[in-house]
Amino acid sequence: MNTPVYRIRQLLKAYNGRRVLQIEHLDIQRGEAFAIVGPSGAGKSTLLRLLNFLELPTAGKIYFEATEFSATQEVPVEIRRRVTTVFQRPMLLNRSVWANVHYGLGLRGQHNATERTLAALEKVGLDSLKHQPARTLSGGEAQRVALARAMVLEPDVLLLDEPTANLDPYNISLIEKTVQGLNHEHNTSLVFVTHNIFQARRLAQRVALLLDGQIIEVASVEDFFENPRDPRTAAFVNGETVY
Amino acid sequence: MPKLTPNHTLIFLALLVLLTSCALTPPTEGPASETLQGQTLTLATTTSTEDSGLLEYLLPDFESAYQVSVDVIAVGTGQALQLGEDGNADVLLVHARASEDEFMQGGHGVRREDVMYNDFVIIGPPSDPAAISGLTDAPDAFKKIAASQAIFVSRGDDSGTHTKEKSIWAAASLEPSGDWYLSAGQGMGAVLTMADEQRAYTLSDRATYLARTLEGTDLVILVEGDPILFNPYGVLAVNPNKGPQIKADLANAFIDWLISVPTQEEIAQFGAEKFGAPLFTPDSAPWREK
Amino acid sequence: MSNELLEIVLLSLRVSGVALLISSLTGIPVGAFLGLRRFTGRRLLVALMYTGMGFPPVVIGLFVYLLLSNSNPLSRLDLPFLPALFTPEAMILAQSIIAFPLVAGFSMAAVMAVDPQVRLQVRSLGATERQTVLAILSEARLGVLVSVIAGFGGIISEVGAVMLVGGNIAGRTRVLTTAIVLETRKGNFEMALALGFVLLGLAFIANLVMLRLQGRSIEE
Repeated sequence: MNTPVYRIRQLLKAYNGRRVLQIEHLDIQRGEAFAIVGPSGAGKSTLLRLLNFLELPTAGKIYFEATEFSATQEVPVEIRRRVTTVFQRPMLLNRSVWANVHYGLGLRGQHNATERTLAALEKVGLDSLKHQPARTLSGGEAQRVALARAMVLEPDVLLLDEPTANLDPYNISLIEKTVQGLNHEHNTSLVFVTHNIFQARRLAQRVALLLDGQIIEVASVEDFFENPRDPRTAAFVNGETVY
Repeated sequence: MPKLTPNHTLIFLALLVLLTSCALTPPTEGPASETLQGQTLTLATTTSTEDSGLLEYLLPDFESAYQVSVDVIAVGTGQALQLGEDGNADVLLVHARASEDEFMQGGHGVRREDVMYNDFVIIGPPSDPAAISGLTDAPDAFKKIAASQAIFVSRGDDSGTHTKEKSIWAAASLEPSGDWYLSAGQGMGAVLTMADEQRAYTLSDRATYLARTLEGTDLVILVEGDPILFNPYGVLAVNPNKGPQIKADLANAFIDWLISVPTQEEIAQFGAEKFGAPLFTPDSAPWREK
Repeated sequence: MSNELLEIVLLSLRVSGVALLISSLTGIPVGAFLGLRRFTGRRLLVALMYTGMGFPPVVIGLFVYLLLSNSNPLSRLDLPFLPALFTPEAMILAQSIIAFPLVAGFSMAAVMAVDPQVRLQVRSLGATERQTVLAILSEARLGVLVSVIAGFGGIISEVGAVMLVGGNIAGRTRVLTTAIVLETRKGNFEMALALGFVLLGLAFIANLVMLRLQGRSIEE
């Protein structure tokens, strides 16, 4: 269990000279469910984009297993394809439900993986809608399609950026159960961003508090909520405004 | 005398009222030119008079003498006649005698006068693949061009020049067709350019060809002087029954001025300095009686 | 007469169709590139392209004419990609140049109108650079189709350039627009109007076909 899938070292991300993220040292383990909490604007989404290799770091390095990712070193597409993100907005393509879920497989040349596509749709309970145009779905259905589209790729790491914000309790619970199933049954590493501390508590094994681009505290879920070391963590957990 | 239907009578009456009211509004006692002052004459003409620069040379005199302005629409003879027929022009300066006579017989015009003439020339590349250089018989030259299948660019636009070209083919008892015969459907200037590019033969009026030699062209005159190449210009006043917009008085004044001896002398001098030879020969009735 | 008319229609379609194919194959990728990439000199290129969109076609005709004219030393070399003046190929060259900035410009606008987050999402799903561009073009397909329609409208109805470089030669380079000019000059308004209605009809049918294709691609 103690094999890091990510090792973050002296990472810095700045936009136009403005620092948005600075992490000296952080490891994320293979197969763990890791939550990142913090107020909006803290740099949570930026961190996820870096973990998915969608943007280059300004300085420092992220190691994905043995592969280095830095300002001057992009990762090869085969490595990039072992990680994928479900964003807060489902961002479905203007195609059918089935074509959306099959899309990533098509990118990998697996054009005949019909059964896997169907299985993924069944897992989110939407196989009956496979021929529908994606734009006709409700918000909850669309996010479940987005999750199926990510799951079908069987990634080593699944990144989730506020995946259940603005959804109703039924869809939240369905998505949480599906994601948990992936973590437990397929040993998929989960890194998810949420502003909902209850969700972090339900899903995560470890939690990090990110404030103004910096990690304040990383702890097991029990310690984070019951025994925080930093007063700002305690304040955040208690629902107070923190800076 | 055509029979007047009630409809025609109505229009006639309306015109009469319009004309008299127009005539009565200003206190008119002066010479004709004063009543014409400020009017605009629409002249439809063939491209050759415009392209050669003749109108630019002549018209300012008329405009300042009568205190009027002249709008020139330079088109093919076919369209010029059509403009007159539709009442879109007051006066026409064209060169297609048969069509002009038809126009008059159709009642579209009320007056026709000879103005001047120039002539057509058969031009082509200096290499002269059909060997027509120096011939004095235009239909003969056309026969040799057809026989050698050398490229010939035709105006193909029913213009006066095109009409002349067709009459020469007819005189040669030939119906030109095939890859060598290019019907361009464009004005003289464009056809000269095409003939130059394609090293082809064509029929041109002398004025436009001479004007082009100043710009530079490889084409040379190969055949000239055949009476069939004679190209008379006529001026026609459009029938005022085409509508109230027709300026019949101004059109008449223009025609009188154009065929008058002083203007004809101007025509006789036009281009002599620039090209070494005049482009047009005056030929109006007053000029001939001089 | 109807045979001649058919010939004119077919030539118009062939010339504008081939020109449109060429300008689409070049203009759509260039538009996508300008819409998606940020690089130094991009603003200059975009300004040039917008200028091209509003460039008078007849001036392009003039440039192509001078390029192909016998008076130009280049044309004496008989380069294989340079057609002769007064041929359909010369008209295709001019029309391709006229349509190119229209297709590229409207494609760029269409691509830029796609939510930037789509790009991140597609890349996150494992798309290579090329696959990302294709996905965004596919999302922008309505706008890209509009760019092609705009290109077609720009060249099928263009008269000055094809008159200059084609020469309006009967049975060889006479297309609908130049035929309309000729018939009007001749005072043959009935024929000119008939040709005009054919031209309007073609533009209308082309738009209908495009709209049908677009409808189908959404239903896929």
